[in-house]
Amino acid sequence: MRLRKRLASIGLNVIAWLLSLVVLIPFVVIVLNSFKSDAEAKVLKLTLPEKFIFENYKIVYEQGHLGGSFFNSLLHSGASSLLLVFVVAFSAFTLSRNHSRLSKFLYFFLILGITLPLNYIPLMEVMKSMGMINSHLGMILLYTAMGIPISLFITYAFVSNIPKELDEAAIMDGCNGIKLFLRIIVPLLTSVLVTVFVLNFLSIWNEFTAPLYMLNTVEMWPMTLAVYNFFGQFSAQWNLVSADIVLTSLPVLIVFLIGQKYIVGGLTSGAVKG
Amino acid sequence: MNANKIYPWYFSSGAIVLYLLFIVAPALLGIYYSFTDWNSYSSEKNFIGLEHFRTILAGDPTYLLFIKNTVLFTLVTSIAKTILGLFLALLLVSGVKAANLHRMIIFSPQVLSFLIVGLVFKSLLDPNNGFVNVTLRSMGLDVLAQNWLGSLTWAMPSIMAVDTWKGMGYIMVLFIAGLLAIPRDYYEAASIDGAGFGQKLFRITIPMLMPTITIATVLNITYGLRVFDAVYVLTNGGPGNATDVINTAVYSSFAKGYWGLGSALSTILFVIMAIISFFIIRLMNRKVEY
Repeated sequence: MRLRKRLASIGLNVIAWLLSLVVLIPFVVIVLNSFKSDAEAKVLKLTLPEKFIFENYKIVYEQGHLGGSFFNSLLHSGASSLLLVFVVAFSAFTLSRNHSRLSKFLYFFLILGITLPLNYIPLMEVMKSMGMINSHLGMILLYTAMGIPISLFITYAFVSNIPKELDEAAIMDGCNGIKLFLRIIVPLLTSVLVTVFVLNFLSIWNEFTAPLYMLNTVEMWPMTLAVYNFFGQFSAQWNLVSADIVLTSLPVLIVFLIGQKYIVGGLTSGAVKG
Repeated sequence: MNANKIYPWYFSSGAIVLYLLFIVAPALLGIYYSFTDWNSYSSEKNFIGLEHFRTILAGDPTYLLFIKNTVLFTLVTSIAKTILGLFLALLLVSGVKAANLHRMIIFSPQVLSFLIVGLVFKSLLDPNNGFVNVTLRSMGLDVLAQNWLGSLTWAMPSIMAVDTWKGMGYIMVLFIAGLLAIPRDYYEAASIDGAGFGQKLFRITIPMLMPTITIATVLNITYGLRVFDAVYVLTNGGPGNATDVINTAVYSSFAKGYWGLGSALSTILFVIMAIISFFIIRLMNRKVEY
């Protein structure tokens, strides 16, 4: 019986590692490939490069518009996520606290966007009419709008969990709505607001469809578009494409490692209790 | 206490204005455009009624193929991610060593852009020099080597497999959270009554996980129907139109200048999603009783 249990446990560990390897190996192949010479990188194998060529990264950086697009991505993701936190905190607060028909309707209306698809063709018309095509401001506002439904959904639940007695006590002490919000509610929402920030930062960083429709000058491109275009140009040189993939994924993986707790927590919130 | 004074609706005005401008206005305009012949070749928009919808649903059979592909993609990836996610979650809560490390590794593709994942697999699945075929050949399994992304038979299954590879970690994480919320005493009581692994799985675990399964299904379906990047990067709808889905077809009608037709395609997706959303919102508001 003991032996059988031990064998079963070894078996489970082996299966777990095999599955982890299925996820890891593609990345390892790409990382190794990014250090290989043109000829060696032609055939993708799980072998160490004969000689580590760091030059690939330099070429990619210089030819791939990575510097500029890195800052575009950083600007779009950072500014939109920050604006989102601000906008969503305010609306989650009033919509969750005020139980009027209007606020209930507004909440459902806003979270409907979680599932509805965006129609990019008329969206371009709308943005054109506001002069927001090919503009940083346009992208930032668009991403903010796109993030509102799911972020509101996550934050709303948190506000509902804050006891209303706190509000009543604060009002007694002479707070008005805005003071109550800033001094009492916001400090209690810090963790969910960090989650909202991190989740949106990642999803905006990874956004490919919106910039594909909205941005048509190289100077405005985020990293995703720059990589896609780089691939179009250098699709025969897998070592360079691999180096480009590594450089583009690094910032996201770093954010993931640092913010793991908030990411996983945010994505699973609401999933357990339904 | 006057609620409207302490919690004034205009605190939400930022969110409402952005949402109306960037989400609602395009959606409504899109519905209007789908009844017009708007295109890049003329400056006029003429009202043509249901013409586009007739073309899509009853005229040109390729459009029905896009809808069929979208539904097939959604069904297969939803089922695959749910089963694999549940299996992985059960494995990682069963007491394996370094469970957190495994969880992190298996979840990690989820944080990458599909563009990146797509390019990675484009290289791994290359018919001549890709990692998959090279490995298969080196093991003497030449028969199994396929033109994964370029053949009519394998392109769609390959896209679905890559998508599942990327998304299963997310569903796994949801299930882990769900599993950890099930009280341990249920299993202890069942063990005392002599229940085996299978009985515990089907009598306790799965019924208790129903709320999580619902959320996972909702996420999988809404993601699947809207899929764009995965197909666009891996095959761009090819070979021919074999792997085109609604959203890649919208993009190609946009690129070709058939804006009215593209809007009509988008509107069809919108209607499908609106119907599903109605049920989802109802599900999300349902209180779950144990």
